[in-house]
Amino acid sequence: MIGINVLVAVCLTYVAFLFAIAFVAEKRARQGAGGWLRSPLVYTLSLSIYCTAWTFYGAVGYAVRSGLEFVTIYLGPTLVMIGWIWVVRKLVRIGRSQRITSIADMISSRYGKSNLLGVIVTLLAVIGTTPYIALQLQSVSLSFSVFSNDTPAMLNVRDLNATALYVAVGLALFTVLFGTRNLDVNERHHGVVTAIAVEAVVKLIALLAVGIFVVWGVAGGPADIVARIEASEIAELQLAGGRWATLIFLSAAAFLCLPRMFQVMVVENADERHIAVAAWAFPLYLFLMSLFVIPIAVVGLGVLPGANPDLYVLTVPLELGQGKLAMLSFLGGFSSATSMVIVAAIALSTMVSNHIVMPIWLSARRGGASMSGDVRNAVILSRRLSIAAILALGYAYFRFSGGGTALAAIGLISFAGVAQVLPALIGGLFWRGATRNGAAAGLVLGFAVWAYTLFLPSFGGSLLLPASVLQDGPWGVEWLRPQALFGVETLDPVVHAVFWSMTLNTVAFFAVSLMGFPAPLERLQGAQFVNVFDHSKSAPGMTRGAAEAEDLLIMSQRILGPAEAQAMFQRAAQRQGKAGYLPDTTPEFVETLERELAGSVGAATAHAMVGQITGGASVSVEDLMAVADETAQMLEYSSQLKAKSEELGRTARQLRDANEKLTALSIQKDAFLSQISHELRTPMTSIRAFSEILMADGPMSEADQKKFSTIIHDEAIRLTRLLDDLLDLSVLENGQVTLNWQETSLAAVLERAVSASASGRGERPLRIRRAPGAEDVALVTDPDRLAQVFINLIANARKYCDAALPELRIAVARRDGAVVVDFIDNGSGIPAPSQGVIFEKFARLTDQSRAGGAGLGLAICREIMDKLGGAIVYLPGQGGAAFRVSLPKAVAKAAE
Amino acid sequence: MSERPAPVFLERRSYRRRRLTDAARLLPVVGLLLFLVPLLLAPDKTDTARTAGTSIYVFAAWFGLIVCAFVLSRALSRGTDAAKDRDGAE
Repeated sequence: MIGINVLVAVCLTYVAFLFAIAFVAEKRARQGAGGWLRSPLVYTLSLSIYCTAWTFYGAVGYAVRSGLEFVTIYLGPTLVMIGWIWVVRKLVRIGRSQRITSIADMISSRYGKSNLLGVIVTLLAVIGTTPYIALQLQSVSLSFSVFSNDTPAMLNVRDLNATALYVAVGLALFTVLFGTRNLDVNERHHGVVTAIAVEAVVKLIALLAVGIFVVWGVAGGPADIVARIEASEIAELQLAGGRWATLIFLSAAAFLCLPRMFQVMVVENADERHIAVAAWAFPLYLFLMSLFVIPIAVVGLGVLPGANPDLYVLTVPLELGQGKLAMLSFLGGFSSATSMVIVAAIALSTMVSNHIVMPIWLSARRGGASMSGDVRNAVILSRRLSIAAILALGYAYFRFSGGGTALAAIGLISFAGVAQVLPALIGGLFWRGATRNGAAAGLVLGFAVWAYTLFLPSFGGSLLLPASVLQDGPWGVEWLRPQALFGVETLDPVVHAVFWSMTLNTVAFFAVSLMGFPAPLERLQGAQFVNVFDHSKSAPGMTRGAAEAEDLLIMSQRILGPAEAQAMFQRAAQRQGKAGYLPDTTPEFVETLERELAGSVGAATAHAMVGQITGGASVSVEDLMAVADETAQMLEYSSQLKAKSEELGRTARQLRDANEKLTALSIQKDAFLSQISHELRTPMTSIRAFSEILMADGPMSEADQKKFSTIIHDEAIRLTRLLDDLLDLSVLENGQVTLNWQETSLAAVLERAVSASASGRGERPLRIRRAPGAEDVALVTDPDRLAQVFINLIANARKYCDAALPELRIAVARRDGAVVVDFIDNGSGIPAPSQGVIFEKFARLTDQSRAGGAGLGLAICREIMDKLGGAIVYLPGQGGAAFRVSLPKAVAKAAE
Repeated sequence: MSERPAPVFLERRSYRRRRLTDAARLLPVVGLLLFLVPLLLAPDKTDTARTAGTSIYVFAAWFGLIVCAFVLSRALSRGTDAAKDRDGAE
């Protein structure tokens, strides 16, 4: 038998060991040498504070009373962790991006940093958690009493109370030491988390050891255990369907909403990737924790029938003479209880201090944040006092409830209480329409129904809820009976309470949310929470930029500590390109600052404190307009960029076109030069050849001489004409031509052209038809140049018209005040593909020699008409080749 | 800001990753169904519903879920790391 003194010594050693671990971990974390401290394993193990002494000891007792049902308490969290992608991942991401410090802060921050909600959730959490802390104190003191007494069933009440008090004081000390050592910006407590991870290992090993001892040491292996189960009083499976499903739901909800779970799961999370590991590792932990529960229960029933089944984990090894195993088991239970109490106390004290104490403290000293006094110390002090108060409350509850069996049921009651946060939490995560009023209505209603139907009745007939009310309902109204609300009588009390509280809570939450209209800050926060994966960055600042940087620095120093605050301000100033410690108080900066402060004192308080200095705690229309302005500027800037890039594109296209044109021109030039050389070379060749013949010695007839010299002469004339044409074209193209403007009449010009191009010797006769009446138009033009055009056209018709009886019709008409002169012959015309090129230089369609020209005529015509302000075009579809010369309106009109 | 429409087809890797996520989302639903099976076994305390047998079933299902979660979590983490490397390489 182990004496109580040995037990106390072991306990103290164990606690000292934990202190050392926490201390070392804290030190290493501060040196930045985290390493394994931030491993997914530690994260997973820290989640195990879900398994409290209630589950360590109580699960076996639960199994003895209700068989397999105990397992539901583990199945809910298993499902939540396996489905981490749904909720946990989002919770953690939001928790990190918004610097969430607790579940109350989460709800408050989501609904527009509302402190009202923070207070509600904090109260709910305190009321729900206090009995649970009392339960831990009870189990620790009970386990002490097992060792101190030869007959465990007989409990010395005074010893129990004293033990509970020592434990409470010890835990308060530990929590204060490691939980409020510093106001970490992220509210992480490396020391505490590491100590808890170690405790998690201890309790797992302890339970596994007892289980293995029971299965292979007492019974004869798994088969024997199955046989023993069959033979025991829990062989019959008594599954109440409603309870089974409800408890799975309830444990899943509590897993998400319990303040201590939120603390380790979200606030203490160091790396999001750890969740993926915990997704399978934590269910595995729960699996191992519950694997031997039924074997222990069955063996306990056989070894110690009639004893308190809640203590079988301890009493069975003790009874069978395994003192050391019992000691290990005791340490496991002790670990379960202490780790839960420590984390719960930290989580609750954070909430109480951030949402209740600090707001009161701030409003008590109006304008307080900028007044003298150290906010940082105030926060830490309020945390320490809160921790002490919470443990005192737990102890008081333990004393008040008498440490009796009523406590055993408190686990589920507590779960149902904190689960009331679930609709507001899940709704806030996935539904942007959820509003502050909706959340408050749901929370208050759900909380009230829970208190009325489950919490108060759990005391039996007490002052708060007399037995008569339980029996007959308030004022004898039957359908308001706490455990048969609205006449629903058949349900188990827990199922009944969960059903009504969650239903009414959810309905109120949705109904009020649907009817209301959220404030701007609420909507902003809602968008940031729901779409946290879309933009993990912060939304634009929501605070006026008028805040004084110095005031903010003074305030931040008080919360974060001088060194950290100054470093942060300096960084911000540097980012803005300023030297020194005072950055411009841009909305971005204020937003960042608010977030940093939120990590220490909670979002609502930080918002209020910054608001006090910046002069406006709420979002004003001007703020929104400023944001809208910024957005508009951004839009405008981007559209300007877009326009500019389009312009660049256009310019590039134009350059490309110009380049193509230049290349084409260069090719044209080359072609032109080679054409000219060719044109000049042909007559030169014949001139040279015939002059060589003439120069040759020897007799030559007169006739031959004359013939050869005529050819030379003709070719020389042709050369001259070509050169004249080229010169003419060049002069025209370069715009060096001087026009001889005079008044004349179209008839005169035409007459001159026709007579000049009259049929020469040996040429084909061309009949020219004219309409003298229409030709009587006065013109101001250069008659010589115009005549040149006409002559060219008539000559062309003479040369190229392939009709048997060539005929040229010259028609004059007025169109839109301009005069058009059409030259239409009766030949076969010009084929469509060639119509485009006839005005180009050296464009000849038929056999070159027959034409006798260089192909410059029409090109010259076009240049002349251009200079005269008119135009010459090919007129298709006239039955032959047809050219239209149009004289501009002004030229024609001026003469009228 | 970018108004480019999301591509209709994903790269094979991202596609696989999304289906893995789907599987991970589905897993708790499967788990819930498995855990509710005992209710079907013992609607009115018949002889067939024994604690021993049901316990073995529940623990087996539980362990199966853990294995599935392990496999999925591994596959998903590997995908994440690979994606990170790729992003870092650009």
